Formats: sequence, structure tokens, C-alpha cells
Amino acid sequence: MVNLAIFDYGAGNIFSLKNSLEKTGATVDVITDFDKPNIYSGLLLPGVGNFDPAIKSICKSSKTGFNDYVKDNTPVLGICLGMEMFFEKSEEGNEEGLGIIKGDVIILPPSMKVPHMGWNNLEIKKSGKILEGVKDRDWVYFVHSYRVKPANNDIITAESDYGIKVPAVVEQGNFFGTQFHPEKSGKVGKIMIQNFLDVCKK
Amino acid sequence: MTLTKRIIPCLDVKNGRVVKGLHFESIKDAGDPVELAKKYSDEGADELVFLDITASDEQRKTIKDLVRKVAQVIDIPFTVGGGVKSLEDARNILLNGADKVGINTGAIKNPHVITELMELFGRQCVVVAIDAKRNFDIQKDKNLFSENGKQFWFEVFIYGGKEVTGVDAIEWAKKAEKLGAGEILLTSIDKDGTKDGYDILLNKEIVNSVSIPVIASGGCGKPDDMVNVFQKSNVDAALAASIFHYQTHGVNGVKMYLKEKQIPVRL
Repeated sequence: MVNLAIFDYGAGNIFSLKNSLEKTGATVDVITDFDKPNIYSGLLLPGVGNFDPAIKSICKSSKTGFNDYVKDNTPVLGICLGMEMFFEKSEEGNEEGLGIIKGDVIILPPSMKVPHMGWNNLEIKKSGKILEGVKDRDWVYFVHSYRVKPANNDIITAESDYGIKVPAVVEQGNFFGTQFHPEKSGKVGKIMIQNFLDVCKK
Repeated sequence: MTLTKRIIPCLDVKNGRVVKGLHFESIKDAGDPVELAKKYSDEGADELVFLDITASDEQRKTIKDLVRKVAQVIDIPFTVGGGVKSLEDARNILLNGADKVGINTGAIKNPHVITELMELFGRQCVVVAIDAKRNFDIQKDKNLFSENGKQFWFEVFIYGGKEVTGVDAIEWAKKAEKLGAGEILLTSIDKDGTKDGYDILLNKEIVNSVSIPVIASGGCGKPDDMVNVFQKSNVDAALAASIFHYQTHGVNGVKMYLKEKQIPVRL
């Protein structure tokens, strides 16, 4: 049994994510601060809400709280906004990001409809732990207005085409991010949730 | 490939059962919402929309349990609307497992709620539902159109199509986008329940007025109606109820047909 934590910014649907993790066999607690000792094998930053309020809710007790919490290489999966917060800053807000991954979060090009909302293909760039068993061109569900722009493109394992190449999956050490919502991406999403659980088990 | 067109079965829910009406009225029982949700999700629906048309606020409280049950059985996005008036109503729906909240009358009555929702939950959670109908009583300050020699404008209706507002649907869509809507769910009252095809003109005009996604609703009676609305109005998604509820066509069958007609769909 894997014991996971979902961080709740208090601003949206985390029920679906919790539910999809539980269906895959994990036990899940919802946490709202990083004050207590970390007893979990993995942490999820869900993909609902707005950049500034979400960052503030993560950093409310202390700036170093989050970093201390994951310092023993706890696997962290950031979904959509959750992934965007790994970066240094975002055009969605004024607050500093967590700064774990070098780079920025920028708005999608105005030539396309924003938000990018719906099912799009994954273009797999390289193998990664989250992508194991996922095929090139598999469908996943996106709903976002911003995209990440890592300083180092090597961390991008899959992209999606939305007028421009949108980084869809990033992996850096124990940090995993998906711009789409695996918990809303049917069978393909389920594979990725399972992959994250497998990472957490190790 | 870029984004696919979304096929969205709609479930109108009244007192916990799925129902289907004609022109927003006569109601027929069409099944259990949780069972239908699971079935459509398994058949390849891209998203689901639930509209709670329960009459009283008291009975509507049961929507929370329904949202929970649905969220447990499906792994695709779903929107819940109907009777959403306040931030608190929306929160109740989103925190119980819905991905988006549809707001219609509540947004006309208090447009600022769109902004409040956007600021708290993000734009992508906010679906502004617009019910529009042709009004042949010409007013100069409206966006006028003509068909078969008759001039009209599109008027927004609220309270499930029962009350006129005097608001121009084109202007309202633009304003909703500015206020923070992430998507427009556009229902043609003229076409709803007719199975006569979507309202191409209405959909086209709204798509051309906003830069957020638009879901066409009202009038779908066969897969060709979807082909038509995608080709002629460039909407992002097509919503339908009866063709799915009464087993006229399975979701997968409809999508295969769309693919044959060169409409990009997820299969």
C-alpha cells in the first residue's frame, strides 16, 4: 500500500484526483500545510486554482516549508498549475514560484484559443518514468492558459502541438509534471497515475 | 494533429433522474444519471455536462451527492450547472468532484460572480451558459441578422428559457469572456428539442465574437448535424442529449462517423 498526500490550495476539485489515486490502490490524505513531519511516499500538487493564491497557500507557514518537506527526495507529481509552480515565475501572477525547475511560465500565444481546452496528442520526446507504457500520439485532456518554458529543454519528455509545441510532461529528479490532467485522461491517464505510484513505491 | 472537437453528452437532471424536454418543456424520463455517465464515459465521450433542472432550491441540495457519485465512476471531465447563483453554490459543486461549473441565470443577475469564480478557481472552471432565442422585435442597438427576409436579434433567456432579459446574446458572450468565462455553452432555444440540427447562424456569430471555446447545444438529431455545426460554425464542441439517451446512436459510433467526415475526434 502506498500512502500519498495531496496538497489542497482550497480552490478546486481535488476529489477526482484523490479518487483516481485510490482506485489505483493508494491511500490518500489531503493536507493543507507542510508543518507536520512528512510520512508519505509521494506528494501531489493538483492542477486547479490560480498561481498567486496557490503559491501563497503552499508558502503560508514558511518559504522553506515545502523544500524541507521534500528534501528526502519524496516523489512529487505536479499537475497543470501544480507543475507550473515548480518554476521560478509565472505570467499568471506576481508571486515567486517554488524555483525547483529553472525557467518561466508564459501565456499561450494569442493566435490560438485560450484556454487550450480538450483532448490533444502526446508527442513523446524521450522515455521517462511517467510515460512508461504510454504510446506516441496517445490522447490526454488539457485545460490550461499557460505553458512552461524550462531553461533546460532536456527535462521535457513529451510535448503537444497547439500552434506551438507545448511541454506536456517534464521530469527532473524526483519532480514530475504534467500540463494535462492524467486524472481526467481516461485509460491513458490511468497508466501515468499508476507509473507515479510505482515510483513512490520504490 | 491539434486539438480535437469534443463530443459532449448532456444529462438534464430533475429530482435525481435524467430527463429530456422539448423547447425547454415537456419532460420524459431518460434514466439514472450515474449509470448513464459511466456508459458514456466508457463509450468514448470527451466530456459530460449535467444540468440540474430541479425546481426548488431545497431539492437541489441533492446535486452534491450526485456530483460525488459521478466523479467516482468516470475519468473524463464534467461540468455541472443549474441553479448556480453564488460562489458558495459553485464551490459546493467543484469541491465535490466537478471540473467546471456552468452558470447561467446567476451570471446575468450578478455578472461579477464570473470574475469571483475565475479569480478563485481559474478561468477554465467557469462555463457561462447562454440560452438564446431569435427576437423579431427589432431594436436598433442590437446585433441584427436576417433569414428568409426577416430581421431579428438573439436575445438571452434565463430561468430555463422562461424569462426574457432584453440582453443581446452576442454582447453578453463578449462581456462574459471579459469578466472571466473560460468557455461558453450556447443553447439555441429555437432549436432545442427539435432534432432539426444546430443553430448554425447563432453558433457562428458567437464563435466569431469571442476567443474562448464555444460548445454548441440544441437541435442535434443525427450525427450529420454535428458534422454541419463543426464545418459551418467552427465551434469547439457539440453537446447532445436525445441521440445518446434513446440509443439512436452510441458515442463511439457518432465519433467514427465524424472521423469519416474529416472532423478531428479522439478515437
